[in-house]
Amino acid sequence: MKQPLVEIQALKKSFQGNPVLSGIDLCIDSNQLTVLIGPSGCGKSTLLRCLNGIETFDEGRISIAGLTLDGNSASGRTAARAYPRKMHQLRSMVGMVFQSFNLFPHMSTLDNVAFPPVIVKGIPRSDARVQAFALLKKVGLADKGNLFPAQLSGGQQQRAAIARALAMKPRILLYDEPTSALDPTLVDEVLEVMKELDSEGITQLVVTHEMRFARDAADKVVFMSDGVIVEEGTAGKIFSDPLDNRTRQFLRRFL
Amino acid sequence: MQPLIRKCSSLLAFCAVLCAAPAFAPAQTSSRSPITWGADAEGGAPYEFQDPQNPSRIIGFEVDIVNAIGRILGRPTQFVQNQWDGLIPGLERGNYRMVVSGLEITPDRSRVIRFSRPYYVTYEQLVVRKKESRIRTLDDCSRKKVGTLKASLAERMLYERNDLQVLSYDGQINAYEDLLNGRVDAVLMDYIIGLYNVASIPGLRITGPPLGRIEYGIAVRKDDAELVEEIDAALTQMIASGELRRILENWNLWTPVCNGILGKAGPPNQQHPDYDTYLESRLKKNSGWEKVVQYAGYLPLLAKGAVVTLELSIMSMILAVFAGLNIALARLYAPRFLRTFAVGYIELIRGTPLLVQLFLIFYGLPHIGIRLSPMLAAVLGLALNYSAYEAENYRAGIQSIPKTQMEAALALGMTQMQALRYVIIPQAIRMVIPPVTNDFIALLKDSSLVSVITMVELTKAYSELASIHYDYLGIGLLAAAMYFLIGLPFVRLARLAERYFTPGGRSIIGGKQKQVD
Repeated sequence: MKQPLVEIQALKKSFQGNPVLSGIDLCIDSNQLTVLIGPSGCGKSTLLRCLNGIETFDEGRISIAGLTLDGNSASGRTAARAYPRKMHQLRSMVGMVFQSFNLFPHMSTLDNVAFPPVIVKGIPRSDARVQAFALLKKVGLADKGNLFPAQLSGGQQQRAAIARALAMKPRILLYDEPTSALDPTLVDEVLEVMKELDSEGITQLVVTHEMRFARDAADKVVFMSDGVIVEEGTAGKIFSDPLDNRTRQFLRRFL
Repeated sequence: MQPLIRKCSSLLAFCAVLCAAPAFAPAQTSSRSPITWGADAEGGAPYEFQDPQNPSRIIGFEVDIVNAIGRILGRPTQFVQNQWDGLIPGLERGNYRMVVSGLEITPDRSRVIRFSRPYYVTYEQLVVRKKESRIRTLDDCSRKKVGTLKASLAERMLYERNDLQVLSYDGQINAYEDLLNGRVDAVLMDYIIGLYNVASIPGLRITGPPLGRIEYGIAVRKDDAELVEEIDAALTQMIASGELRRILENWNLWTPVCNGILGKAGPPNQQHPDYDTYLESRLKKNSGWEKVVQYAGYLPLLAKGAVVTLELSIMSMILAVFAGLNIALARLYAPRFLRTFAVGYIELIRGTPLLVQLFLIFYGLPHIGIRLSPMLAAVLGLALNYSAYEAENYRAGIQSIPKTQMEAALALGMTQMQALRYVIIPQAIRMVIPPVTNDFIALLKDSSLVSVITMVELTKAYSELASIHYDYLGIGLLAAAMYFLIGLPFVRLARLAERYFTPGGRSIIGGKQKQVD
């Protein structure tokens, strides 16, 4: 059997004594769209932030494409200082799309996509521009490069943020509730882009409350509650025949 | 006692303490190099002052005496401007080799510096309004208000009496003006100050007998025995040849107490051309057009001061902004000990007066072997002081950028340094432009404090001019206008910078977007 791209083992994390993640085991395969669902405060976002090294974790292990990070129980220090080199390596392999987009407001949309690879990877500016044009075109913003984030709609901003994350050529792309801050009419344009990327074989892990999207597009659905993974399976399995009572109760509110 | 602006006498005391310690040995100068002498041209007539006919030239009876000494010793002399407060500290630190500025020989001063034999002898003198007939002596001043100069011998004399109210002034003109306006009933100052002011201010007159005795001496460093011997020899020769008497007579300064001490006894010569020239220029009433020409004549000196102010302000602001950014970054992101250091630096620098910092840098550091030029000390002092304020501006700016911006940058694989440089600081700069502009304008005006370390900038140029032309209003408005005008372009520049840093101002990656297929 093929080695999974991401392997999470017995991951634990607490904030000031309050456990947020109490033993997470999860594998994510390449080229798949995995959707993480669960009630608010169950630790989904924290798990995502551990995965791209914004947050440290106390116990357990994360392996991504051969890079292994062990828990650092001497926490309380900020992530960047704990073991900076490995965290930095991790971040360069993992892309992140935020709920509030977090585009850089002082750069044009084109610069938002083109400039980070120039800084981080040192690729020539002209190459970065060509790549950025192509990515903007892919997310449907071919004519918006000269505009600034403040001049874009929420949906356009989030698509630009996806293009920005893709420009770093990550092994996996993480989404932290990418459509929660959007006007309902703008949600679909973002989800369409994610589906399109899935069809291109890009590995994605999505935390979302869009159950329709999870059911229609996910290769795998993972349900989390109270800091643990309750169950996981194909979208069909989770949505039509959940094993656990908590999953059933949660889904009943959406469907 | 010389009439001078005396600010911050406590600071003077502080400096005297600093400088009481034995100073480093000054570099020995060859006999051909000029003898530098320190004085404050703001002291006014007849000591040393700007020639009303040509304000860039310094004249006065002490200038004539120094020139005569130089001629006898076969060496040129060079005038060095310094605020009166700082004359002795400046001597100690080696800015000049001697002080000739109406310095009275007192036991206090003789402990720190060395005096030559007296080059002038005079006394205190009461001045009253013309119509005042009851006051002739200090006894007549009982229960009345008497004005004098701060920290002068006259002041000490007045304080010894318990029956009158003493008002101490910073400048002689203010005291005489208050006498004229009736705010004080009499003014007690050195005779020669009274002489020159009474002659030029109608409505005042000298009254009563001479009081006490004052000797002016040339001050050199304690260890400069060679120079003081040369000066004494030159003075002795000038007294014997009658040259000193001639100089004093030209300025109408020869009084009976000088007889025998400063030259042969005898009735004074009634010809005093230098005194007459001064009075003539002082009493001349200018017509409208002449006034314009007169004010235009002040412009070159004020402009020279303005250039110094501008140079000083720009250089120190550049340093302050650069240092401030680094201190703010250290405070926010550096390892713990550096962070503590940054906080300590900010609190310490912000919590102490700029004036004390300037004194410490200019007069204090030479005691541990660091001697900076006045310009360098001024720039360093201002930059040091303002860097603390700029650091806090930057900290406010950086902290106003949402944390998510840093997270997004890190998530893209940037290091913390890259995130700061390309994402956080460019956004923060826009936020700090208004407060930094504010501080620059404040610095432009604070730079007037550097006159205490011998710099002649705009404010000093103004007060020198105002004190000899007795025109604090007109020249003051000119100086204020100059400050306003040199600040203005920077306000415009700040607005441009704000626009530049506003999203939409420019593209980083360059080029306009075109379709790429």
